[in-house]
Amino acid sequence: MTTATATQDTEPAAHVNTRSHNRRRWASARTYIFAGLIVIWCLLPAYWMVVTAFRDVGFTYDPTPFFSHVTLDNFRAAFSTDTGNHLARALANSLIVGIITTLISLMFGIFASYALARLNFRAKYLVLGFILAASMFPGVALVTPLFQLFTDLNWIGTYQALIIPYISFALPLTIYILVSFFREMPWELEEAARIDGCTKTQAFRKIIMPLAAPGVFTTAILAFISSWNEFLIASQLSNQQTQTVTVAIASFTGSQPHQEPYTAVMAAATIVTIPLVIMVLVFQKQIVAGLTAGAVK
Amino acid sequence: MSTEPQSGTDLGSARAGSPQDPAKGGRARKEATQGRAASMLIAPSIVVLTIVIVYPVITAVFQSFQKDSGLDPATGLFVAGGFAGFSNYTHWILQQCTAGGVTVPCPPGTLGAQFWSSVSTTFFFTVVTVIFETAIGFGMAVIMARTFRGRGLLRASVLVPWAIPTAVTAKLWFFIFAFEGIANKMFGTSVLWTGSENPARAGIIIADVWKTTPFMALLILAGLQIIPGDIYEAAKVDGVTAWQRFVHITLPLVKPALLVAILFRTLDALRMYDLPQIMTGGANNTTTLSILVVQEIRSGNFNSASALSTITFILIFLVALIFVKSLGVNAVETTTVSGRGKAK
Repeated sequence: MTTATATQDTEPAAHVNTRSHNRRRWASARTYIFAGLIVIWCLLPAYWMVVTAFRDVGFTYDPTPFFSHVTLDNFRAAFSTDTGNHLARALANSLIVGIITTLISLMFGIFASYALARLNFRAKYLVLGFILAASMFPGVALVTPLFQLFTDLNWIGTYQALIIPYISFALPLTIYILVSFFREMPWELEEAARIDGCTKTQAFRKIIMPLAAPGVFTTAILAFISSWNEFLIASQLSNQQTQTVTVAIASFTGSQPHQEPYTAVMAAATIVTIPLVIMVLVFQKQIVAGLTAGAVK
Repeated sequence: MSTEPQSGTDLGSARAGSPQDPAKGGRARKEATQGRAASMLIAPSIVVLTIVIVYPVITAVFQSFQKDSGLDPATGLFVAGGFAGFSNYTHWILQQCTAGGVTVPCPPGTLGAQFWSSVSTTFFFTVVTVIFETAIGFGMAVIMARTFRGRGLLRASVLVPWAIPTAVTAKLWFFIFAFEGIANKMFGTSVLWTGSENPARAGIIIADVWKTTPFMALLILAGLQIIPGDIYEAAKVDGVTAWQRFVHITLPLVKPALLVAILFRTLDALRMYDLPQIMTGGANNTTTLSILVVQEIRSGNFNSASALSTITFILIFLVALIFVKSLGVNAVETTTVSGRGKAK
């Protein structure tokens, strides 16, 4: 931008100056128009979800574009267990499954990613290929065997029945993102620590871990989000007791048969989404870095 | 000591450190010592992944060759199961069902008869959504790459659809597309969106595009941002038009990131489940392969469900392979070992 302005200032002829100035103004206006359209397209449906969540059930289909007939009843209805919905329990389940999955993935993933990012060994690309293939693996191919296995073990309705298959996508994701974070770290500091008499383990714990913390944290968020958002496996391998939020929302029932309780569903959806959106917006930079990790390197 | 920082700083030098490298002697020894450490660090993850992925998959493949045990409807005798050959596969691929002890073409309406239609539905969704997401995602990325006031807002808002769980997205768009919903009111239409094939498919595609285009845009944006700005400046000075700059500079330089983004999205779209399952339950020709597998599990036919999930897995694997081989997609530089040599 600064270089562009500089070029413009040094341009000799006045009429060229205004022409290019006009063109630039038009280009910038276009940018704003498109940016506006993108923002509207991305936010409008989410906005509609929130508006509906706060709207009186009698006005479910009211097309008023702003908040109207505001009520908190829908949130009460969303948490109510009268019609067989257990949103609060589902939230707790998702939280527990998500946190344990994330911790286990990190526990194993950190060491693997360190080796993959730092060490040279022959099978490196084979391992990376295997992990990438694992992260592309269709969940449905796990559901069939696991459904039977867990039924035999009487595990349907336990947390491990969800955590074990969740690791199948969370661990590759963790390794994948951590490898690219680790590659960009100032490893010379590790060398310096080694020269100063640290052992390799000490250098890892005292120098590398603190430096790696932001990357690890971002990875944890992404792994947590991926397990929070999972639906296919949860819908097949959980029961009423271990139902996660996505399953709870998908099967949300109202008091009237054949009548979808939209306002309550949207309230539940808002509850499930808002913490996630806040988290994503707060850690926006790191998350984008983590999401695109590896794709461009 | 001096070789240490260089040996593993990034993929570029890691690749240079592969056997073709002239400086081989010391490297080989280094690789051997590092190899021991590496295998100790990596082994736990590999073991875990083997337990959670490889073991179930092998079980599924084994099962897909098993016969259903139970009462033979023709003879009324108990059949113990056993090796079934490829019958569970031909059940799907050749549409062979067993009725009264004989093999007949699967009658319409049964799950078996839906195989090819669900394959075509899956590919239809994949092709259409990926095309839309690539085109729109590219547009979004180009805008996001520009410097202007309010860019932060733009970048924050594209993350919102990405952060919303797919199941919630499905419910949200199901509500938007309800008969009395806002979509019909806004456009003055009275379409029963989930009631017939084309609107139902359109609804699912729109929801999917809304949800996943931001991801695509972010990947492409990351690719755009590594293009040095002075290339454009130089081209501008040389009088190259905007369109030419796009075709001859942007596209070739962003191509690696773009292909990786397309590969990711394609593989993801091929296993699509949440949106059609929640929005239509697979009705009106929106049954994807994943939905069909789950329906087959739900009807208790585990052996044929295993065959179907194996077919799905192989199909996705083949698509990935074709991508990597033909387009030279190089995810993390290294998608697969086989892709590595050829892609260069």
